[in-house]
Amino acid sequence: MAPLLDVDSLAVTLPGPRGPLPILHDVSLSVDEGELVGIAGESGCGKSITAQTLLGLLPAGARTSGTARFAGTDLLGLDNRGWQRIRGAGIAMVFQDPTAALHPMLTIGRQLTEHMRVQLRMDRRSATRRAVELLDQVRIPDPERALRAYPHQFSGGMRQRAAIAIALAARPRLLIADEPTTALDVTVQAGILTLLDRLRAETGLAVAFITHDLGVLSALTTRGYVFYAGRVVETGPTGSLLTAPTHPYTAALLGARPHGTQAVGTLRPIPGSPPAPGEAPPGCPFQPRCRYAEPTCGAAPPPLAPVGADRSVACVVRPHLEVAAR
Amino acid sequence: MTGLLDISDVEVEYRSRGRGRVLAVAGVSLDVASGQIVGLVGESGCGKSSLARAAVGLTPPSAGVVRFAGQPVTPLGWRRRPDTEIGLQMVFQNPYASLNPRRTIGAQLLDGVPAALNAAARRDRVRELLDRVGMPATAAERYPHQFSGGQRQRLAIARALAPQPRMIIADEPVTALDASSQAQVVNLLVGLVRDLDMGMLFISHDLALVHEIADVTAVMYLGRIVESAPTRELWRNPRHPYTRALIDAVPRIGPTPRLPATLAGEVPDPANAPTGCRFRPRCPHAFAPCGDQPPTLDLGGRSAACWLNDPTMATATVPAN
Repeated sequence: MAPLLDVDSLAVTLPGPRGPLPILHDVSLSVDEGELVGIAGESGCGKSITAQTLLGLLPAGARTSGTARFAGTDLLGLDNRGWQRIRGAGIAMVFQDPTAALHPMLTIGRQLTEHMRVQLRMDRRSATRRAVELLDQVRIPDPERALRAYPHQFSGGMRQRAAIAIALAARPRLLIADEPTTALDVTVQAGILTLLDRLRAETGLAVAFITHDLGVLSALTTRGYVFYAGRVVETGPTGSLLTAPTHPYTAALLGARPHGTQAVGTLRPIPGSPPAPGEAPPGCPFQPRCRYAEPTCGAAPPPLAPVGADRSVACVVRPHLEVAAR
Repeated sequence: MTGLLDISDVEVEYRSRGRGRVLAVAGVSLDVASGQIVGLVGESGCGKSSLARAAVGLTPPSAGVVRFAGQPVTPLGWRRRPDTEIGLQMVFQNPYASLNPRRTIGAQLLDGVPAALNAAARRDRVRELLDRVGMPATAAERYPHQFSGGQRQRLAIARALAPQPRMIIADEPVTALDASSQAQVVNLLVGLVRDLDMGMLFISHDLALVHEIADVTAVMYLGRIVESAPTRELWRNPRHPYTRALIDAVPRIGPTPRLPATLAGEVPDPANAPTGCRFRPRCPHAFAPCGDQPPTLDLGGRSAACWLNDPTMATATVPAN
């Protein structure tokens, strides 16, 4: 069976002050029906541009190559009308900041039913009935009252739940969640992660979860992609990816995070910072920051090559990586 | 023992027309000694930042007193700060807002360097400060927009270090930063505290990060400190159900996906705080005595405000993991 979303060799360039800037290079990824897939990396690594490509939200002047197929449709060839059919009903999105994603002057009910009335051509009464169901599904207490509330009357966690309910309004098959819990407290984050997992189990929703937090990646997703400077540098089942990384960048990210388990005082920062678009070195983009770099790393960007079952890595050195239990 | 910074029974109250009187900090006592890092954790809205602002004198406390090096901290006004209080400096969450975009880094650092020195010595100090935070001397001629978020936070730390403080209050200093610059900035702050024998109050909602660096951790809930203990003991054996809930909500890396434990309910509005123990409505262990506000019990080198720790009340203890 073909995956629900199948992206192959996707490249994206955006217009820059001195000519086109390459943002994504040769990105391939897939999401199956009902699968929770994680996309990890630092800011500027291309995670959010990938999401924007999949929703047709790239800025004017962006150029794409490669393919992105969603349930048989070629996304990159869509016109405006085609995108309108995909957005909401096929692929929906939840953003990092629910306060910015919700309209401050419209009630939650209005924002929830708008989609259903336009996209699903529902009448007011049945749209309201479904809105109540959705709010109940995302565990917002007293849904009838919540319909009449404005976003500012909700807490951050409630707003993100409402944003998820709105994203689900037109029954999408894939939800792209771009750092949806980054602005929230851990306790609230735990609730949102549980909610997404429940939606997957109950409705077969597929989720592409974008995050920089490897703990979240591990807690929620079954398969993960690590992005660096617009490329996928490592991919595989999340458990093995994070407990036995094969790319030095994945290992470095793990070392830089507080583990919250045993040892204390062992944050290991990654020296330097990621390259800006267009300023990546000719070879492996991580090479200038990599402690295992060898002269061969400067030749060409290493391709993503299989290592063991279901895993791939873009590294020619493949050093032995020591990773403490975290 | 009284510490370098001694916060005692501080309350911070805000008045607003819509909500009336809101007690954001409802009686907090906390000590920070020289060379010590105290972590303060809690969910948003629990009063962490209000406490930080009261501790440096940005907000006048409505009750209680903050002492720095034995002297009460005077709320900031139009007058010049007393010399001793210049030793108390703050690092804010957003490095984009805490540096002036229209002045060079060097000029901003010079503001903090003691005026008693001559011009050449002051310029040397700027170079030293930049070097301390791992920035090149050329950064002095540049403007804030020419730096990344992590670099700006390091420059903001250099600015806080300029008057040679003895104590730093850092309010969510790395929350706005990426994983790799987060580690750089945290290691810088910890290194400075150790090298210069400063004290630091490190405020964060990231429990795992505080666990990594703090000697002592205090957990705040709805304006009160519910538990305070040496960090490792707090993590290993929390004595307040809220601390346990926070620790269990941290997502962990493991071979199979495992969702973090969720805590029921939301943080209540501090304007309508529950009576008795403020955590009671969300607490899985709430029992009859919780209708009364629990006192902060001394548990030998640590403390917690929970009736479960009172042998005369408790029939059960906080269950282990």
